[in-house]
Amino acid sequence: MALYSEKVMDHFRNPRNVGVIEDADGVGEVGNEKCGDIMKIYLKIENGIVEDVKFETFGCASAVASSSMATELIKGKPVSEALSLTNKAVAEALDGLPAYKMHCSVLAEEAIKNALEDYYKKHPEAK
Amino acid sequence: MYIYADNAATTRMSRAAVEAMTPYLTEWYGNPSSLYSLGQRAKEALEDARERIARMIGAEPREIFFTSGGSEADNQAIRSAAAIGAKKGKRHIVSDAIEHHAVLHTLKKLEQEGFEVTLLPVTPAGIVLSSDVEAAIREDTCLVTVMAANNEIGTIQPIKEIGEICRRRGVLFHTDAVQAVGHIPLSVGEIGCDLLSASAHKFHGPKGVGFLYAKRGVNLEPLIEGGAQERNKRAGTENVAGIVATATALEEAVARMPETAKRLVALRDRLIAGLSKIPHAALNGDPARRLPSNVNFCFEGIEGESILLLLDDRGIAASSGSACTSGSLDPSHVLLAIGRPHGVAHGSLRLSLGEDATEEQVDYMIGVVSEVVTHLRGFSPVWRDLVAGKTKFVL
Repeated sequence: MALYSEKVMDHFRNPRNVGVIEDADGVGEVGNEKCGDIMKIYLKIENGIVEDVKFETFGCASAVASSSMATELIKGKPVSEALSLTNKAVAEALDGLPAYKMHCSVLAEEAIKNALEDYYKKHPEAK
Repeated sequence: MYIYADNAATTRMSRAAVEAMTPYLTEWYGNPSSLYSLGQRAKEALEDARERIARMIGAEPREIFFTSGGSEADNQAIRSAAAIGAKKGKRHIVSDAIEHHAVLHTLKKLEQEGFEVTLLPVTPAGIVLSSDVEAAIREDTCLVTVMAANNEIGTIQPIKEIGEICRRRGVLFHTDAVQAVGHIPLSVGEIGCDLLSASAHKFHGPKGVGFLYAKRGVNLEPLIEGGAQERNKRAGTENVAGIVATATALEEAVARMPETAKRLVALRDRLIAGLSKIPHAALNGDPARRLPSNVNFCFEGIEGESILLLLDDRGIAASSGSACTSGSLDPSHVLLAIGRPHGVAHGSLRLSLGEDATEEQVDYMIGVVSEVVTHLRGFSPVWRDLVAGKTKFVL
């Protein structure tokens, strides 16, 4: 059996929405180098919609794939929907992650929540 | 192109070894403890293999005990020395920070049982200093255990010097030679060790076979109770076929060693030179006191598992000391011990060459690794911060 699902490998080999948004409305970063995973999410939000999202990840294949999938799941969606994204939804969309890699999907959820928190901090009127 | 560059993990069995073992699986399958000729034939093969293996490391046949592998040999060697020490009231053991877990975890267990363990640090190049060993030995030291060569970073330890110190100080010396046997010249007489562990699948023998050398007079404690096999030191029907194959593989490895080592050192150094051109990359371990097959690098700003999977896509099988590949949260204890910070240790890559490695393969690996490192750095927030000067480069 392969280590990861085909979907994980696809998102790892060809990550979607990779990069930086220079004038992002919200930026979230989670993880640390010590544990081996760092994710950074950049959001561009207009009229309550996630117009654009980019990510950068330092980490293993499941961390890269989780961030890539998470960005796909929230792109073009209302902020309220992005806020309710769960790690379970990310893992399911990837056709599952090995149990010991589930924390990668948790990081993706947290990174997005952090970015949205940052957005609300910068744009209190949006609340 | 498919390149198996993980020969420190395991090796392909030699054809001669496979051929040597087959008759003992199909034809001469008797139990060596049985009296009839089918069993006795197996017994003869077993003792013949013991003799041949002993000759390859300069030991007496009666000093060789077969085990299930390197880990069992390490466990038994250390536990036996500890038992000998305990009888004399000596409960202190000297070892070092970069030993294999088979050694470190056995020592941890002994600590829980009342032994005191001194784990020596290593130099930034990964060498255990014999002067440190000398200084650490106390009145109550019963054992020094230092590996012959490190499995991750390939450093060759000064075991002859350490052996001499131990002899002079009257302390038992064990060396985990799993990575060394069949790869670098090695003789128990020259090392002056009392105990030595080896594993067959590291030198093109089968998995599941190892052996422990125990110098005459050094009493072994059985880990497995049962029948009288291995002169009461290791119960259980012997893996005759595997042991026969081990002898054949070891003889072959030792016979080819001068030629293989010379060729591999040239290829290894070519690979090291090529990978050194990648910015913010550094060789782990000593450039010269190093196993002929071992190359180990850290690449700043990226993580090891990602490197391995992308290399696999390009037909290269390798390994890493990143946490993701170890199943724990911490990266390799060896890389941490030589002073690599956590983040950098996560970005490690070990390439261990096989006997059949070619220049073309080495050049291919240099190209692919460079591309993979650039690709992963392209979306690494750690790398971005380093390049932007927000954090400082270590390498």
